[in-house]
Amino acid sequence: MRQVYSFALIFYFILLIFISPSFALDVERKVLDNGLILLVVQRHNLPVVKVTVGIQAGNLLEPEEKAGLANLTASLITGGTANRTAQQISEEIEFVGGSVGAGGGDDYISVSLSVLKKDINLGFDLLSDIILHPSFPEDELIKKKERIKGGLKAQEEDPGFIASREFKKAIFGSHPYGRLVTGTAETIDNINREDLQQFHAEYYAPDNSVVAVVGDISADEVGVLFSKYFTNWQARSVAMPSVPRPDKPKERKTVTVDRDLTQANIILGHTGVSRDNPDYYSISVMNYILGSGGFASRLMQNIREEKGLVYDIHSFFAANKYGGRFQVGLQTKNESANQAIEEILKEIKRIMTEDVSDTEIDDAKSFLTGSFPMRIETSRRIASFLVAVEYFDLGAEYIDNYPSYINRVTKADILRVAKKYLDPVKFTLVVVADQERAQLRKDFK
Amino acid sequence: MNRTIAFIIALLMTAPISCAHTFENSKIAEEGRVYEEILPNGLKIIAVKDPNAPLAVFQIWYDAGSIHEQVGKTGSSHLLEHMMFKGTARYGPKVFSRMIKRAGGIDNAGTSKDFVYYYQKLAPDRLYLSIELEADRMRNLIMDPEETLSEREVVMEERRMRYEDDPQNLVYEEVVATAFNNHPYRWPVIGWMEDLSTLTRDDLWDYYRHRYVPNNAFIVVAGNIDIDLIAAKIRKEFGGIPRGPELKKLDIKEPEQRGEKRIFIKKEAELPYVISAYKVPNIMSEDSYALEVLATVLSGGKSARIYKSLIDEQRIALSAGAGYSSTNRYPFLFYLYGTALPGKKIEDVENALYKEVDKVKSQFPDEREMQKAKNQIEADYIMSQDSIFYQAMVYAQFELIGDWRLKEKYLEGIRKVTPEDVQRVAKKYIVQKRRTVGILIPIKNSKNDKMQKPDVHSSATH
Repeated sequence: MRQVYSFALIFYFILLIFISPSFALDVERKVLDNGLILLVVQRHNLPVVKVTVGIQAGNLLEPEEKAGLANLTASLITGGTANRTAQQISEEIEFVGGSVGAGGGDDYISVSLSVLKKDINLGFDLLSDIILHPSFPEDELIKKKERIKGGLKAQEEDPGFIASREFKKAIFGSHPYGRLVTGTAETIDNINREDLQQFHAEYYAPDNSVVAVVGDISADEVGVLFSKYFTNWQARSVAMPSVPRPDKPKERKTVTVDRDLTQANIILGHTGVSRDNPDYYSISVMNYILGSGGFASRLMQNIREEKGLVYDIHSFFAANKYGGRFQVGLQTKNESANQAIEEILKEIKRIMTEDVSDTEIDDAKSFLTGSFPMRIETSRRIASFLVAVEYFDLGAEYIDNYPSYINRVTKADILRVAKKYLDPVKFTLVVVADQERAQLRKDFK
Repeated sequence: MNRTIAFIIALLMTAPISCAHTFENSKIAEEGRVYEEILPNGLKIIAVKDPNAPLAVFQIWYDAGSIHEQVGKTGSSHLLEHMMFKGTARYGPKVFSRMIKRAGGIDNAGTSKDFVYYYQKLAPDRLYLSIELEADRMRNLIMDPEETLSEREVVMEERRMRYEDDPQNLVYEEVVATAFNNHPYRWPVIGWMEDLSTLTRDDLWDYYRHRYVPNNAFIVVAGNIDIDLIAAKIRKEFGGIPRGPELKKLDIKEPEQRGEKRIFIKKEAELPYVISAYKVPNIMSEDSYALEVLATVLSGGKSARIYKSLIDEQRIALSAGAGYSSTNRYPFLFYLYGTALPGKKIEDVENALYKEVDKVKSQFPDEREMQKAKNQIEADYIMSQDSIFYQAMVYAQFELIGDWRLKEKYLEGIRKVTPEDVQRVAKKYIVQKRRTVGILIPIKNSKNDKMQKPDVHSSATH
């Protein structure tokens, strides 16, 4: 459970890609005969290799009544194969201090391998076994369902989780982006072993996948490993169903959840943009100034630094393939909920009506373009980043082009995208709190 | 590029004067890729060259963790850490993080029971900024009384978020507070709410003046750096700060525990949770290596004993494990913990955890299990070095215990552990009279009726 969500976080974080002009990543890209896209980056700082495999087999492709199917399939590929039991898989990889696993996602799922260089053959043997030959044993499925349901119950203790779940549900409705990656206790019960086998057979194809290998290894060595362990992975020309874009809500929604809490956990936002939106980079700069720039952002300055109402406040645009969301999130003592919401709306309106200052736009650009190496410091991060660049089709020159995408953004662009993509009227507001203490106002203007 | 040149020129013009002065009295040592220097005012520099790193990290560590607080003033170390971002006479309020971000950097800080540290990650040619800003705020904080009160509110929100509204963390906090009789490890870093609400600027000021001095701090700087340039810049910026009065090292011995302690917390929650904490030594004792291997034998992944037994076979726990960190400065705790699956009893989870320890006590772990645990610890240690930030962190953690060179002995210590050692430490430390047990008992109050059904309102827009 926790892995799924931390994956989601890293994922969104990768979408906000920061690249310094001086930073270069030497990527060797190859399309194999079976259609698999292979990316290799050599890093010889440690005797370690990290692999991330992105497969277009996420939530988008599962039927609503079987929500959770994509995640269950991904997380059970380590639950046993034609050649190994779940216990054998864990035992073999853990014996060498490595790890192998998979987790669901909205757009695509990720399988990852982490291993010392000396154990690379074992690592690839396991990786190929779980991707090509999972057997989805019935008892492992039963146990996994039990744990996912238990995990969902445990997360009811986490007000941030509840707020996020309700927010996505409210803005996306029945669209797959509105669902939990895990599904719910009810939808999980509709899933059986055959569903997993079928989902796997349909989507786990090389021409539907991207592999990034980063670490103490050359492209030639990787080539040898692929011809040894992945020759039987046959191209399948997967028929991708068309995915609808989520609708824009036409009205304001307020969702309240009453709990015995000292703080109100608040999310305010609405649908956002997809990753291919040409305004994406202007939005990145605008949102940095509004609320993603930490202490450099207006929300943090106003609501934390000046008013002392929160420990953390941030806004983000999560941009997926077919749509996205914009949200501001914060926690404040129940009694301050109304005041905090008013201040958020004030800041949203301000950035929609007034030009940002020269300092603000310059600072935002120099951070966004300058901080790239800090953001993808490790081999694991580089691997996930490369898979995202490929999945979202950002282009081989993306790293080189990014600074110019950011640097060409003007104040007028910021004002324009703020007006176009922010909405201080038809937003969704979720408040998980002790409602009696929060005394949420009926109306915010 | 231009900035590099500007930086070098700036150094050439200004550094030699202070350089000539400080070099005479500095103690310098070089070992492999590590450069060490102690300035005359007592400030130690540990610089680590890693030409592979695309960035550099600057960390300054103060021996000013919460163990040094006074009764009734808990939370002051952490609140002071927050105030360190509130500006100095020279740079004005609230600009620290902005300046770092403008340079494409990332900065933050952390407070623990043992220490406070501040860090920046920057392009190597911009580290001069870290050095100037950190030297300035070691001495020249404004710490406005009004700002302090406002920041106190922020920290109270942080406490609500991390503890008051998180049932498992609340139990953990209470277990630690119960486990120790007199050692200041017993109070939470973030502070008790009652103490926080009375902290003032003067409390913090006193603490700042005494503890934020060069002889109570050290710097770790790492990455693709030019060590000579960096050391010269540090000498220039920090060299003029006077040494503070010598501070006595904390010398408190926790009395021997005479029997099991047990606490129960009833709170709105979904699943019962247990945490059982045993008093154990830190890395200054050889036993620490065996304790670490024990923790890994018990819970190093899905093939380890606790997962296999409680989660996979018996199916009584949603999550469960063992935890131990040997790098605390004073003897701390070894944990066993578990969350019950819905419908399962927490007593069964607790007993099943003890049973796994009992098995180690009656039978040595086998050779393959020992080898696996050691391989895991070693691989984790190697893999964690992928981040230059974490590399710097490891040097600092060992330096805090006494000497960064202890780092080199760590894996050696792990490799030497025998099955007999693991059994011996289990028998010696993981015993009933040394433990404090905390149990979360979920309760449902009237609000829970509404819990499954969020209230959704849609309204026409105006």
